[in-house]
Amino acid sequence: MNMIAHKKALPEKFLMDSKTMGKELSGKNKTENIVLQVKDVTICYSGTPAINNVSLTIPERRITAIIGPSGCGKSTLLRSFNRMNDFVPGATVEGQVLYRDIDLYGSNVDPVEVRRKIGMVFQKPNPFPKSIFQNVAWGPLINGFRKDINERVEKSLRAAALWDEVKDRLKDSAMALSGGQQQRLCIARALAMEPEIILMDEPCSALDPVSTARIEDLMYELKQQYTIVIVTHNMQQASRVSKFTAFFEAGKLVEFGKTKNIFTHPTNKRTEEYVTGRFG
Amino acid sequence: MISRSLTYRYWFARAFHVFCFVVAWTGVVILGILLFHVTREGIQWLDLQFLSDFPSRFPAKAGIRSALFGTLWLMGFTALFSVPIGIGSGLYLEEFTNKNRFSRFIDLNISNLAGVPSIVYGMLGLVIFVRWFGLEQSVLAGSLTMSLLILPVIIISTREALRSVPNTIRQAAFALGATRWQTTYAHVLPAALPGILTGIILALSRAIGETAPLVMIGALTYVAFTPEGPMDDFTALPIQIFNWASRPQQEFHELAAAGILVLLLVLLMMNSIAVYIRHRSEKRNL
Repeated sequence: MNMIAHKKALPEKFLMDSKTMGKELSGKNKTENIVLQVKDVTICYSGTPAINNVSLTIPERRITAIIGPSGCGKSTLLRSFNRMNDFVPGATVEGQVLYRDIDLYGSNVDPVEVRRKIGMVFQKPNPFPKSIFQNVAWGPLINGFRKDINERVEKSLRAAALWDEVKDRLKDSAMALSGGQQQRLCIARALAMEPEIILMDEPCSALDPVSTARIEDLMYELKQQYTIVIVTHNMQQASRVSKFTAFFEAGKLVEFGKTKNIFTHPTNKRTEEYVTGRFG
Repeated sequence: MISRSLTYRYWFARAFHVFCFVVAWTGVVILGILLFHVTREGIQWLDLQFLSDFPSRFPAKAGIRSALFGTLWLMGFTALFSVPIGIGSGLYLEEFTNKNRFSRFIDLNISNLAGVPSIVYGMLGLVIFVRWFGLEQSVLAGSLTMSLLILPVIIISTREALRSVPNTIRQAAFALGATRWQTTYAHVLPAALPGILTGIILALSRAIGETAPLVMIGALTYVAFTPEGPMDDFTALPIQIFNWASRPQQEFHELAAAGILVLLLVLLMMNSIAVYIRHRSEKRNL
């Protein structure tokens, strides 16, 4: 699969779907690089649509939050970005998900290859029941990494702000770590693959506020290098960490724009009601 | 204040408690009675000479050497055939195929096969392995027949063990760009291994006590040598026990009891290995 990093610069106003673009976005003439482009995507589970004709663009090295009430299809959409929906029997994807001009659902695309470039962190921390070291090293090793694996593990653990806590017990079981540490280990594990995009599916919903704050700080660091898409139920979290926010309801994209605009003066009435906590 | 209806409910709860207690102990007590009876009859015959001698028509000289070795050969080859096929089938059905009409068809058949009486497997073995393949009454024919018998059990327990591996582990591996095989080999199989091993040992413990299929394929009841290879004739512990128990003399009945004791000991050993494996894996996963 051709994975040449082909960067495409567009004026920011082209980033947004015309229907949902807020007028406030066209103000400054800053440009964002697009890394992921969702075009007219409909995702069905055994014929029932969970995501209905959604178009969206994900800018590079930014945090994009996907919010919305339960069952609105936000996780489904996120999982379509690295083809994790392939494992759900009866799930079908129509439309295009373009990763730097490559349609992830094209016939010549190997889903395994996609997941090497687009990593994922799950809702519940899910480390392998193995040592901390093995958790991080496994991804690179099975993908033919032949350089210094110790260095790669250290680098990933440092990037996930976990190194200082675990450097003396890399051989210990990952299951002995606390929930927050486990989740950072899962982030380190994803980072070890050096992906371009990291998808996070409610990464803090199983964590306490302190651990959540640490993960959010971490995300802030990571966006220097990585594109992050986060699904969250926590609106404060979305407003704290993300630059862009997409609001979904019942499988449809209601509004997409800069986070501060979505939260301060949304154009859509439903968005306003949701972010102010009147429903959902 | 305790109302009348509450008193009644407490009484009922206590009665049910007692009922469950009695039911739970019934099996243990019956096993105890059986063990006591067998031990009392057979213990006097149980010595090294009994283990190292071949069967004889003189009770004092009779031993179970050929039966014990026959059983070991039989179990070894049975495991050799049934374990790879059983784990492979379980992996295929649970990890590598989607739930479609074909897999449901296989599924249904395996569940049915698990309930087929063992003598039917004996008939199958007689026709296919003994006659068609011309294996005669060899260790090979016996173990192939036994493999057929325990395959469904191994497949079903393998699938149970695989199903108990949390899906989040698979997803984690897939999200790192692992293939199906890499995921299965590195994470799913190791996590399921204790369950699979337990299933295999329990399946083999079932096979070790089976008599009917071996009688059906014509395993010999009197063998005065130990098998040297897979094509040799053989006898097995349950056959030897059956043989002694069907003789009129009291001494032979006692020999049968001693044989049963040996068989039970082997079974107990196998089951304790299974318990040990399960216990160790439970500790590790904490």
